[in-house]
Amino acid sequence: MSADAAVPRSGIVRDAIGIGLATGAYAISFGAVSVAAGLSVWQTQALSSLMFTGASQFALVGVLSAGGGAVAAVAIAALLGVRNAFYALHMVTVLRPRGARRLLAAQLTIDESTGMAIGHEDHEPSARKAFWATGIAIFTLWNIGTLIGALGADVLGDPARFGLDAAIPAAFLALLWPRLDTRLMRVIAVIAAAVALLLTPLLPAGLPVLIAGAVGVAVGIAMSRGTPMTGEDSS
Amino acid sequence: MIWAAVLVGAASTYLLKLAGYLIPERYLVSPTLKRITLLIPVSLLAALLAVQTFATSDGGLGIDARLVGLGVATIALSLRAPLLVAVLGAAAAAALVRALGWLP
Repeated sequence: MSADAAVPRSGIVRDAIGIGLATGAYAISFGAVSVAAGLSVWQTQALSSLMFTGASQFALVGVLSAGGGAVAAVAIAALLGVRNAFYALHMVTVLRPRGARRLLAAQLTIDESTGMAIGHEDHEPSARKAFWATGIAIFTLWNIGTLIGALGADVLGDPARFGLDAAIPAAFLALLWPRLDTRLMRVIAVIAAAVALLLTPLLPAGLPVLIAGAVGVAVGIAMSRGTPMTGEDSS
Repeated sequence: MIWAAVLVGAASTYLLKLAGYLIPERYLVSPTLKRITLLIPVSLLAALLAVQTFATSDGGLGIDARLVGLGVATIALSLRAPLLVAVLGAAAAAALVRALGWLP
């Protein structure tokens, strides 16, 4: 979600709560698919509070449910989290946090909080306010939504009957969608998907995704020599 | 084993976030590294999307109600529907074709 620079300053908290409500509603589906994938309510909640980065959470749960093993699940989740390190590199210049605030700022550094701060970058106090307000609103509502979804799925039982297994690929599509903003990114997505499918019958679960990810990055680097890329912030 | 994945995974993603606040920028930023950072989510999410749609529990590939769900999610997202609508629409569509016995 990239922020609109034209938003008035007074709307920062209102915007933060709006984004928090939208992602919190999305967290309901995370909680449900995580429990449907075989994680307990506590494990699901631990992911939302300790990991707190949606794509990595969905990936970890998806790979575990496909029988991919803990090592592949952690590797894929960590790779998806690399972009947060770059968001943090940017946010450190805006927030300049000290001591314990750095530990807190780190946990709240995700697509949406960074995007909202960048949207207010022309006025540094507003950028800081946008980061903290968005981060805190999303953290709170993401965890509440997760709990609702996890408890709900726990009560419902049989995930396939309610189509919860179909919610996982739909969630990946929703996360992917805003990143497909250039032809290069669309080509890379098709290549990575094709490689993963070709390898799925040949290799243990988890490995095809990792290899497809590496192939996608390698092809992308080769294809993008000398041309600028966009898609910096979105989700 | 699930707990190990949850806790080690959470520690990894947190340390990546924290690294950005602790490591001086000049050690990390190169144009190629920036490109890789943009490409990783697209490649991995597309691969995950494909596998989660077509992989079957016996390690092969197959078509079932999940594909119908993905189709509905695609339509929803191209109509600019919110994420939650796309995901719930996919689940509802898959549940429906299963209830009708059209696809496993």
